[in-house]
Amino acid sequence: MPPPRTRGTALRQRLAELRGPDVQAKALDARALAALAANPGCRRRAILDGAGVNKAALAGALGSPSAFGQSQFALTRGNAFEAKVKADGGAELLRLVHERLDPGAEPPNSASVPDLTASGPEGRTARTALALREATEQGRGTWTLLDHPMLALDVAGSPAFLEPDAVVVHPDGGWTVVEIKSFPMLDGSADPAKVGAAARQAAVYVLALEEVAARLDPAPRVRHRVLLVCPKDFSNLPTASAVDVRKQRAVTSRQLARLTRIQDIADALPEGVCFSPELPAEQLTASVEAVPAVYAPECLAACELAFHCRDRARADGAVTALGRSVRAELGGLTTVEGVLAAARGEAGDPEDPAVAALRRAALLRTEALGAMCR
Amino acid sequence: MSLIATLARLEAVTTGRAQPAATVRHRRLSDRPLVFVPLTTAGEAGAPLGALVGTDRDAPRLLVVPQPRDRDLRFAFLAELADVVLPYIDSYADVVEAAERGETDPGTGRRVKVEVELCADAPQLIVPSRAGVDFVRLLGRSMRFRRTAEQDPETPYPAPPRVPLLGRWLTHFGERARVPGSSLLLALTEVLGRHWATGQSGLEDQHLGALLAWIAPPDGATGAEAALRAELARDADGQLWCPPAGPATDPAFDNKLLAPAIERYNGARTALAAAEDGLEADDRLGALTTAEREIHELVRSRTLPTWQRVWEGLDLLRALPEGAHVEERWTRDRWSFTGHRDRVVAGEPPQPRRDDAVTAANKLATREREQARLDAQEALDDPLVMAGRRLAGEAFTGEVVDVVMTYSEGKRPSPRPLVTVRTDDRPYLGERAKVFRSLGGKPQAAEFAGRDGTEDEGLLVLRIVDRMGRGKEPERGSVPEKGDLLCFTLFEHEQRGGAKLPDPEETPWTHGGPPGERTPEAPDSLTQEDVL
Amino acid sequence: MTTEAVFDPGTAAGRATDAILRDTLHGTARGVVVDSPPGAGKSTLVVRAALELADAGRSLMVVAQTNAQVDDLVLRLAEKNPGLPVGRLHSSDTDPYDKALESLANVKKSAKAAELAGLPVVISTAAKWAHVKVDEPWRHAIVDEAYQMRSDGLLAVAGLFERALFVGDPGQLDPFAIVGSEQWAGLSYDPSASAVTTLLAHNPELPQHRLPVSWRLPASAAPLVSDAFYPYTPFRSGTDHGDRRLSFAVPSDGSGPDRVIDEAAESGWGLLELPARHTPRTDPEAVRAVATVVRRLLDRGGAATSERSPDPSPLTADRVAVGTAHRDQAAAVRAALAELGVTDVTVDTANRLQGMEFDVTVILHPLSGRPDATAFHLETGRLCVLASRHRHACVVVCRAGVGDLLDDYPSTEPVQLGTLVKFPDGWEANHAVLAHLGEHRVPWKP
Repeated sequence: MPPPRTRGTALRQRLAELRGPDVQAKALDARALAALAANPGCRRRAILDGAGVNKAALAGALGSPSAFGQSQFALTRGNAFEAKVKADGGAELLRLVHERLDPGAEPPNSASVPDLTASGPEGRTARTALALREATEQGRGTWTLLDHPMLALDVAGSPAFLEPDAVVVHPDGGWTVVEIKSFPMLDGSADPAKVGAAARQAAVYVLALEEVAARLDPAPRVRHRVLLVCPKDFSNLPTASAVDVRKQRAVTSRQLARLTRIQDIADALPEGVCFSPELPAEQLTASVEAVPAVYAPECLAACELAFHCRDRARADGAVTALGRSVRAELGGLTTVEGVLAAARGEAGDPEDPAVAALRRAALLRTEALGAMCR
Repeated sequence: MSLIATLARLEAVTTGRAQPAATVRHRRLSDRPLVFVPLTTAGEAGAPLGALVGTDRDAPRLLVVPQPRDRDLRFAFLAELADVVLPYIDSYADVVEAAERGETDPGTGRRVKVEVELCADAPQLIVPSRAGVDFVRLLGRSMRFRRTAEQDPETPYPAPPRVPLLGRWLTHFGERARVPGSSLLLALTEVLGRHWATGQSGLEDQHLGALLAWIAPPDGATGAEAALRAELARDADGQLWCPPAGPATDPAFDNKLLAPAIERYNGARTALAAAEDGLEADDRLGALTTAEREIHELVRSRTLPTWQRVWEGLDLLRALPEGAHVEERWTRDRWSFTGHRDRVVAGEPPQPRRDDAVTAANKLATREREQARLDAQEALDDPLVMAGRRLAGEAFTGEVVDVVMTYSEGKRPSPRPLVTVRTDDRPYLGERAKVFRSLGGKPQAAEFAGRDGTEDEGLLVLRIVDRMGRGKEPERGSVPEKGDLLCFTLFEHEQRGGAKLPDPEETPWTHGGPPGERTPEAPDSLTQEDVL
Repeated sequence: MTTEAVFDPGTAAGRATDAILRDTLHGTARGVVVDSPPGAGKSTLVVRAALELADAGRSLMVVAQTNAQVDDLVLRLAEKNPGLPVGRLHSSDTDPYDKALESLANVKKSAKAAELAGLPVVISTAAKWAHVKVDEPWRHAIVDEAYQMRSDGLLAVAGLFERALFVGDPGQLDPFAIVGSEQWAGLSYDPSASAVTTLLAHNPELPQHRLPVSWRLPASAAPLVSDAFYPYTPFRSGTDHGDRRLSFAVPSDGSGPDRVIDEAAESGWGLLELPARHTPRTDPEAVRAVATVVRRLLDRGGAATSERSPDPSPLTADRVAVGTAHRDQAAAVRAALAELGVTDVTVDTANRLQGMEFDVTVILHPLSGRPDATAFHLETGRLCVLASRHRHACVVVCRAGVGDLLDDYPSTEPVQLGTLVKFPDGWEANHAVLAHLGEHRVPWKP
């Protein structure tokens, strides 16, 4: 077995080189970690995220700025709602946890809200771990609310610091992740895409909490049902729903384990590759091109680099620029010209069922369009 | 995606222009649609910012909520919207024709024909995109349980009189839009995407500006270039040259232009409230009016480009001839509209928050039936759609090469002609599979009787089994003749009605039993603060 | 372990059946739910329950999902008790029922429920029952394949009976709707959910039973299928390692197909792996590989020994099946088999193989050669059906690279509030099966 420390240090150094001299690593948050599962096949995204490259800055330097932004209205509203949910020592929040997740337990008439302030992310993480231990070991039979705790998760050898909205310790010693979102729950249902994103984010927290729990003896139970708190209907009153994140947890856990391949991706890069936004666009483009990407239109909503990758995919004539599903019936054909040439009968083996089907499709389409002109 | 659709997209890529995905128009377009281009406030549920609405492309009505978090201003907006939408709806409610409908006689349990009114035409709402349809639903939901002062004098924040009614109508439009093939409420991107294949993905097609850029690129530009400009180009101010079709706005617009303008409006309002005398108040009212007008102009500037694009899109669609079965589906929309009109007139309560078990099952059954009907009718109306079904092995065309007369066994032999068709298509025909062709607009059924020769020869023998009249000899023209070019489908052309479900009050124990006396839905819980 | 030694499948299964019949015949609950893993004796249970209910003088209606299932039940009932009058309610289409029913003296067939009134047992499909109207409900019903029935299907027929026994396999393909039904997601009576989901949401107190023993799956397959597809309701094989044997008179010629056949005969599983390549669904090489394996299975003089008889029975074409994900793949395999002169082997999609049983199955992996995985191909039930049809051995034909394909699958599923998470997840189950097959890999070599 290779000495892990050396290997880890070497990788960290390599990743720092990739970021560029004096470029701070962009901290990976739970949202970024959850997004790893959005396109796990993309090596470009894996290495950029793994190295802590600021993809938004990189996209800007490449000349294809990302189109992400947040409206200040949404921000204000989100903050105001979270404050409302946590008012009065989190009384309403704990009531919802009790009602939705643990109705058999003692009602949370009182709860302790430990102070978690400490300096630096490491300090806050240690403080959180301590508070969790105390609440679990000494706080039996009572409720504890951890407001913005800090958790650490090992991601490809470096710690990522994560800050859930809240973690609740139940009277039985179990731990629950609480996510507070500002999209509404309307008549008990909410936008499934947003709930899915929240569930993936919460799954990252669950994994991080499980690492903390594993260091305690006996290890407390980290609940796999998290609490999602949202505004009710058209009001600013909180309501909540339990969300089972077992699936998301399994997927994220596997994807995190696979991040070790960052080493392999880094090893495969030629000398001199660097993603510093200070570099001229031409050199950056070459660096980015050195890592293969798997662009699909879904990236546009999930990755800052998407417009750049789309340009390249289109320039290469990649059929997947039109959607992942397009390739399903094309077999080994991957380019626009290749497919059209096969369809026109100029290329391709007619014995290949994909080519044969394309030719039939082209024939039928021409026939039908001909009927339209007549 | 079918290979035919894939090829169309790839050709769009190489030609720089969208390619036809249909040869006829598969949706009804009203002569006088009501176009609705709404904007909403980020982070708030059902807090409209403004809208352009109307039936005259040259004179849209601009509605604006200068402070979207103010309850009174929101109500004023909704009341104004009701003043535009409800008269438009009413103009269709009064023109009726006589029609018949099958009903079950409560006394005898028999099906009987009843003479009823059917609205001669129906209103049509057009929104720019799918998100617009969701927003119509959301608005409907936010309004229909509101109480007016007349309904409930105790209600804390009474809604203007016609607002709950508008909520019920928008809910109806939103719900009807879930029925495949319906045209009461259309999202333009969806309809355009049904008829053209662009050189970009379906996800990107949801951007109205980019979609239109592919279908009708400006002179000298390719679709890709024009679409890119529509997606990303910004002016010196950092504002999108082609604003999003809504209801969501661009964050850069919110942060740079809208937020400061709302801030100024708030300041002017506070100042006005603090005015100490009439003169001061007059001045400050002027400042408030200016601030308000500024927001109006901002909203207009973000909605007007979309408004124009919607009408351009409608022009493009109108240039396509209407599919043969579109009228029939529109008649169902008219029934749906008439039905809701009658429920409103009868004083029925607003649509409940959740469907009961029986209603949900009935809706699902209807939609599945309509989906199957739509799939069949689009194929029958459009050779390009039929080409897709042929490629999928669900239909075939061919020339009749032989007809042999045979008869069924039994006391009264009926004609069962054996028709041999030569086809290059590869239908998935199982033993004795049923196939159908359209004969004078009605489906004629045949049975697959086997192949004449090997599969590669493509000779299919079909036994015609119906629509040949009652006699021993088939009626003239009811049997294919040698040389005829025919198209057979493996799918049925018409849909059978489903089984009748129990009445809601007879919901069985497996589904929770009868829901009990329906109590009126309570209004939504409200934010207590003055500002939402 | 001692518990292992004590476990007697026959006793365990008998105990479960007794409890089910007790609850059904003498219990007070209006419904009884029975989960039956593949090959656990579901049909036997249905037939036995039907006979005992008829014996007890309870009028009985049986609801199955397809006409083939209905006819099969009628035949089984007649076999067990030829004297019992049974009504077969059928549609008014042409050929509405199996011709084999014609010869059964006590089976009355009609398209009108009224003509079958008074018979102790009446059997039909859910779709046909939905059109039946009665004044007096049946005292009892058996709903077969209840996990494949949609909630709205049950709504349409539940008024016809007072009490019911619901039997089905939760691991097989879920019912689906051809239009969106998201607006009802999370409602207890979501019409697109399975009938059992709705039933239990409204009646959580109903007794739920499980048949604990698969008599079909051999000892080599039951643990894998149970772990991958039934993690919370495990089951066992009714036979032990060594109880069944598959042997071939003709020795291996050293080719890939022969080696994978021997691997599967020995271990119960075989993975014939073709080189990685993106292909259309009807991958000619994979199709040819499937056909070749089948041809060799039949040519090599296979003999299957099992607990059913002391003598080996020849592995004939009717004891072999090919399973695919898509119809066009099945058609391509049939064509390839015809070229090799094989005609009597069942070749079908997972949907159509549900409920069937063979000695050996050859399956084309749903993800083989695909450039991308989709929800359809990852559906747990699809793989479960394909991997659980065999009594002796299962050969999987697949392109290399499926593991990467699964790992690269974007996981961005939307989540509906209030819906029960369906476990296991198809992605995980696929990984589990693949990992196991990896231990029985034979590279393709003609």
